[in-house]
Amino acid sequence: MVEALIFVLMALAAIAGALTVVLARNPVHSALGLLATLFSVAVLYVVQLAHFVAAVQVIVYAGAVMTLFLFVIMLIGVDIEETREESLPWQRPVVIGLAAVIVLFAGGMTLFGNFDWVPGASNAIIPETTSGTIQAIAEPLFTDWVLAFEATALLLTIAAAGAIALAHYRRKDL
Amino acid sequence: MVDPGLYMAVAAVLFLIGALGMLVRKNALVMFMCIELMLNAVNLTLISAGRAMNDLNGQVAVFFILVVAAAEVVVGLAIIVAIFRRRSTASVDELNEMRG
Repeated sequence: MVEALIFVLMALAAIAGALTVVLARNPVHSALGLLATLFSVAVLYVVQLAHFVAAVQVIVYAGAVMTLFLFVIMLIGVDIEETREESLPWQRPVVIGLAAVIVLFAGGMTLFGNFDWVPGASNAIIPETTSGTIQAIAEPLFTDWVLAFEATALLLTIAAAGAIALAHYRRKDL
Repeated sequence: MVDPGLYMAVAAVLFLIGALGMLVRKNALVMFMCIELMLNAVNLTLISAGRAMNDLNGQVAVFFILVVAAAEVVVGLAIIVAIFRRRSTASVDELNEMRG
């Protein structure tokens, strides 16, 4: 019951935030909408017992990534108005048509399809043993996936070096 | 308990909004936020599926996606800043030199 209530509230908040991202004319408003979505999704993680991932989501995404986004928005200017006219005139009708087709298909599948959302999962009451505590996540992370874990360390190093290389420039008058 | 399928439905809606925003917006920064939206939708799907199948590997996959997304944001924003410094624009419509 509590889960249903939290689910409905947070799902609506996430979708409202997502719509704000797309519809807001000011990039700062878009960033704040994305922040709302990230927090709502983090709450949905907690409800599904993914505690560690939810914490990482709030710290890394809502904290670090959104700060970076807002820095860049402030850096390159928030007052630049986006042009309304399309350089590809057929794009907007195609987008609306695509959205309608996807919504009708997904809605039809949900209402009339009578299919399993997760094939292979039992419909019985799920035992809540998949609690994503730090300890529970660390066990597969450092046994089965230790190679991938090391690869992400390399990836982060490369990303940091790449960002510095891209952002570095020498002024000509110096 | 809420059916994991409902979480996936929410994730599908979020992904759809992100994909459509990617198509209609022209500000490179907002398009980038739409990519983040889609990544989050996929993460939510993985968490729900992992819970439905009683498998922790779904959460491990989300952890890796979060790390890769963080690296992607760093490089992507650096590219946008570099383009802005050279061209004084963040609109993808004005970056059309490679048009055939």
